[in-house]
Amino acid sequence: MLVAVLAYLILPLIAMLEFSTRGDVDPVTKAATRSLQSYAAIFSYPNLVDGIIASLEIAALTVVGMLAILVPTMVWTVVRVPRMRRVVEFLCLLPLAIPAIVIVVGIAPIYRFIGQHLGPLGASPLTLTFIDIILVLPYSYRAIDSSLRGIDTATLADAARSLGASWPRTIFEVIVPNIRGGVLSAAVLGIALVLGEFTISSLLSFNTVQVVIYLLGKRDPFVSVAVSLLALVFAFVLLFVISRFAPGADNRAQRAAEEPA
Amino acid sequence: MTSTSPTPAAAGHGVAVVFEEMHRWYGPVHALDGLSIDIAPGELIALLGPSGCGKTTALRALGGLDVVDQGRILVDGKDMTTVPANKRNMGIVFQAYSLFPNMTARDNVAYGLRLRGVDADARKKKADDMLDLVGLGKQTTRYPHQMSGGQQQRVALARALAIEPKVLLLDEPLSALDAKVRRQLREEIRRIQIMVGITTLFVTHDQEEALAMGDRVGVMSQGRLEQIAAPAELYDKPKTRFVAEFVGLTNRIDGTVEAGRINLLGTSLPLLPGSATSGHATALVRPESIRLAAQTGSGARVAAISFLGSMCRVQAAMPSGEILIAQMAASDFVSLQPGTEVSVSFLPAPVFAIAD
Repeated sequence: MLVAVLAYLILPLIAMLEFSTRGDVDPVTKAATRSLQSYAAIFSYPNLVDGIIASLEIAALTVVGMLAILVPTMVWTVVRVPRMRRVVEFLCLLPLAIPAIVIVVGIAPIYRFIGQHLGPLGASPLTLTFIDIILVLPYSYRAIDSSLRGIDTATLADAARSLGASWPRTIFEVIVPNIRGGVLSAAVLGIALVLGEFTISSLLSFNTVQVVIYLLGKRDPFVSVAVSLLALVFAFVLLFVISRFAPGADNRAQRAAEEPA
Repeated sequence: MTSTSPTPAAAGHGVAVVFEEMHRWYGPVHALDGLSIDIAPGELIALLGPSGCGKTTALRALGGLDVVDQGRILVDGKDMTTVPANKRNMGIVFQAYSLFPNMTARDNVAYGLRLRGVDADARKKKADDMLDLVGLGKQTTRYPHQMSGGQQQRVALARALAIEPKVLLLDEPLSALDAKVRRQLREEIRRIQIMVGITTLFVTHDQEEALAMGDRVGVMSQGRLEQIAAPAELYDKPKTRFVAEFVGLTNRIDGTVEAGRINLLGTSLPLLPGSATSGHATALVRPESIRLAAQTGSGARVAAISFLGSMCRVQAAMPSGEILIAQMAASDFVSLQPGTEVSVSFLPAPVFAIAD
């Protein structure tokens, strides 16, 4: 079973690697050669490089924005207004239930407005950050929520406050270090989602990496697949780093909460 | 509400605390219903009561973790009612383990000092001193998950005391611990509290803990203070029916009240103030006020005997089927066995009687 699952996951990657490393056919032996020229060619497409940079910038801004909104809101909800937890959860999960096309139709007039009135800034793909923050909310919410449930957030906050900590210090010095795993998971999920987001960028005519890959696929499929593979590897490396380094703090909190007297 | 005057328990740097007619509503629930308490500098007040009686609400209000809808909280003469928790300088030990999991014992204790801008060397020294005080001088680099529950609560106590708080608040800090650790730690807390001389509010639902630790014990019910008094006075002279029934074991024995005394099974006993004044009444009699002696033909029989170390607790079945519980020194029960016929008599201590 495990082998079947691994094959299901890995075979497409092997196929991508095989396809993206095809070189010219040897005129003598007629055999296909191997070459990294598709990877080297990535930098010969300025649009592609711009798309990669734009997507990475959007991803970074999205993660920062999402964490800045979500972490204080969720901690505040747990500590001060626990009855609102379900409402916050509902709002955060809502984007899952709304098709991308509906979001685009709803939000297009706003993008038209900022495109007309904010000059170059309004036309920048970085404005996708606003919509991407909404799109990553369901996944990020789940990741942070599970970490918050692993610690006694309210008591830790009370303890920090009684020792003299302001609310910002309580959140960033006491709560966040103990939900580090959840925060990092939320960040990785956010990055992965932004780097994979195509529909909205395409419909709003912004050249993010996915849109450029799609357009490039029509001209040079080898480079297109090479970039896709690199994007996947980048996501895998991020996930590995998170799983390797992140859970320590959360596990400590969990064990402390479960420790018998 | 009844109260005796506060007396300082220790010669330290404690401050006076006053709860003045505090009210707190949670929707329709009146969690604090005109609660007023005067706490003397250095005194340890134990607030005792069943779950939901408002004792934790009172503690959290004093710590600034909850608000009061009416009334005032004065600490050292200053009105603290609306001062935020992080500006009150109160040390709190919580029921749940509250150490910061990402910090060592030393860092936990030093955290409050860091917030106060104490430099690193002084912080470390103070934290180590406080951990020494609670007997954990060799555990400074341990993380909470590497410590037992009792050790964690000791560190929490050290952390609360490190900031030299005006008042120490203990919110059922022993309730998650096993019986032996509880006893050890409560004695330790009391020793440290007397040594430091800090004014302390201790909230518990465990009467033994409250009576053992408190200079005075306040019994709360439905947001109100029923009585606050020294432990012995509270036990021997309950002023309300709730206190008489809630604190300690009581036997309910029917009798007749006349001229300030009640007649119980042929014995006339004086009544405590607040008791029924005439007619049929139910007396609340402590087990240690009842004496049993082997006597054939008396009608009452020993139903069961529980050995409690130096004491024995005997259940006697009366001819009416009622069960009385008596408690005496183990040596006094040598002649009794289950089934032995016994006579019942009472010590001449005053009892509380409720009108039927």
